[in-house]
Amino acid sequence: MRSYSFTSPLNRHRQDQLKGIFLGNRTSYGLLFNIALYMLLIAIGFVYLYPLLFMLVTSLKSPEDLLNPMVQWIPTQVYTGNYVKAYRVLNYPSTLLSSILISVIPSIIQAMVCSLVGYGLARYRFWGKNLIFLLILATFIIPPQTTVIPQMLTYRNFGLLGSIYALILPAMMGQGYQSAIFILIFYQTFLSLPKSLEEAARLDGASDFRIFVRIALPSAIPAFVISIIFSIVWYWNETYLTVIFLEGGIQSLPMQLSKFVQAYENLYPPGTVNIFDRLNEAVKLSGTFLNILPLLLMYFVLQKWFVESVERTGIAGE
Amino acid sequence: MTTPKIGRCRGLTHRSREAVYGYAFVLVWIVGFALFTAVPLLQTLYYSLNQVTVTATGISLEHIQWQNYTRALFTDPTFVQLLIEYAIETLVAVPIILIFSLIIALFLNLKFRFKGIFRTIFFLPVVITSGPVIQELVAQGATSVPGLAISATATEYIAQLPDYFRNPIEYLLTSFILILWFSGVQILIYLSSLQKIDQSIYQAAAIDGASAWESFWKITLPALSTTTLIVAVYTIITLSHFSENKVIKYIYSQTYAVGGGIGYASAMSFLYFFVLFLLLTVIYLLLNYRAKRQFG
Repeated sequence: MRSYSFTSPLNRHRQDQLKGIFLGNRTSYGLLFNIALYMLLIAIGFVYLYPLLFMLVTSLKSPEDLLNPMVQWIPTQVYTGNYVKAYRVLNYPSTLLSSILISVIPSIIQAMVCSLVGYGLARYRFWGKNLIFLLILATFIIPPQTTVIPQMLTYRNFGLLGSIYALILPAMMGQGYQSAIFILIFYQTFLSLPKSLEEAARLDGASDFRIFVRIALPSAIPAFVISIIFSIVWYWNETYLTVIFLEGGIQSLPMQLSKFVQAYENLYPPGTVNIFDRLNEAVKLSGTFLNILPLLLMYFVLQKWFVESVERTGIAGE
Repeated sequence: MTTPKIGRCRGLTHRSREAVYGYAFVLVWIVGFALFTAVPLLQTLYYSLNQVTVTATGISLEHIQWQNYTRALFTDPTFVQLLIEYAIETLVAVPIILIFSLIIALFLNLKFRFKGIFRTIFFLPVVITSGPVIQELVAQGATSVPGLAISATATEYIAQLPDYFRNPIEYLLTSFILILWFSGVQILIYLSSLQKIDQSIYQAAAIDGASAWESFWKITLPALSTTTLIVAVYTIITLSHFSENKVIKYIYSQTYAVGGGIGYASAMSFLYFFVLFLLLTVIYLLLNYRAKRQFG
């Protein structure tokens, strides 16, 4: 019985090893912790993906499957008819093109202007700089509702309502959608860049603007990429301002989606089509999926940039 | 740091030369601010004090003092109700988003395999969240927690609660995933702040015998207090500017409604701005107080 109370060093070592595997030690978290971690992450990940999975599965259901209460997650067949209808109802090629135009063009312009302003704030000392920061913060806080009506009336006077200039002009002046965030991103970026190169160029007689274009801008390319990507996403998804400014002129994908029912009934009048061609949730969700598909593609191609450079450029704006 | 004076700036001191170039760089923003924010803001304020009628040639104004405001606050039954709901829902959603995004950020700050995949998933909503998409998803019931909202006893119990309690709870049940979906950028902000915390502090604490739990409360949380403030402000702003926000939709519908009009909508948008500002102030004071207490 002595052997029980006396543990040999070898045994002790094995015990420690086992304990290490399950409960963790200096170098790893341990099996139990890892299992718990993965289970939690998978559960949360599922909750996150649930709407998307729901949308994808439902959009692939045929009208029979939709009515059949037995069919929940696995359709009896992959039915693409919903997508064909949604494609027609959304007028996909044309709305897709306008969505791309109204998100890419203002985004690029906005990034350029915000880099200019961010550079000015980061590199020069002048009176009233804190006031400008305060006002930049104000543009972030002020709800668009309080400024949109006079803007709309002004655009109407100049005949710009329904044209892309209604989005480009504010972007050109650093007042585009979420401009404040991008100015802060560039401010942070330029602040963190070493000044020595710029000072050397100044000694060589380069002008300030030349220094900005030739030396500062190339080193701020990550900030440019992140700004443009985010800006594209936000412009694409923005519907409040685009509806007010572009309605009647340009029709973007989200705008078309928001009046999906109406557009559907124009194409397939309710009285004339058979029961299987009536508007159902599968068609609607196909439209929704077609709407986010371009962004999803962009996200999966550029996701490294999305997530990693946010960490690097410090979108936090501290 | 001395910069030689270059030709055309000979007359200026170094300091004022710097200021001139500084203003040159931000000039475009200042002009833009005046044109696209300050002037429209004042115009909206002016409209809100008038009865605005849209005519074929332009708009005609009739000064009616504070009538639009009194109407929104005392006569219109919907607006005040919506404002209160908005305020309560925001105050419910903000802590959830804050805690949730902090937990996810803490997870993602650990070392484990497939981290990239999870990061991709948690950030996905930022890319696809737009008004019409959310509207469709909510309408099809894809944003409620599966199985939670349809439980019969739960719905019966909730139905008996007074309105001001019932609405936030129903909001939680039907839009839980939606609330989580608004945590994408917040997770990233927390994550980048977590990575900036000096690891040697943790090592020092561990040597002194602090457990991981203790160092979380004594090191991590205090270090994140500023970040929490930023995240909270960002969250409130995103929720308040989101185009599916009930108050915003109501103001928008009133802009073109027969009984409403631009003047009335302007007054309501200012009241909305005021409530938003109040919420921001409350959160700021609350978190700032906490931050001060933790450091002092």
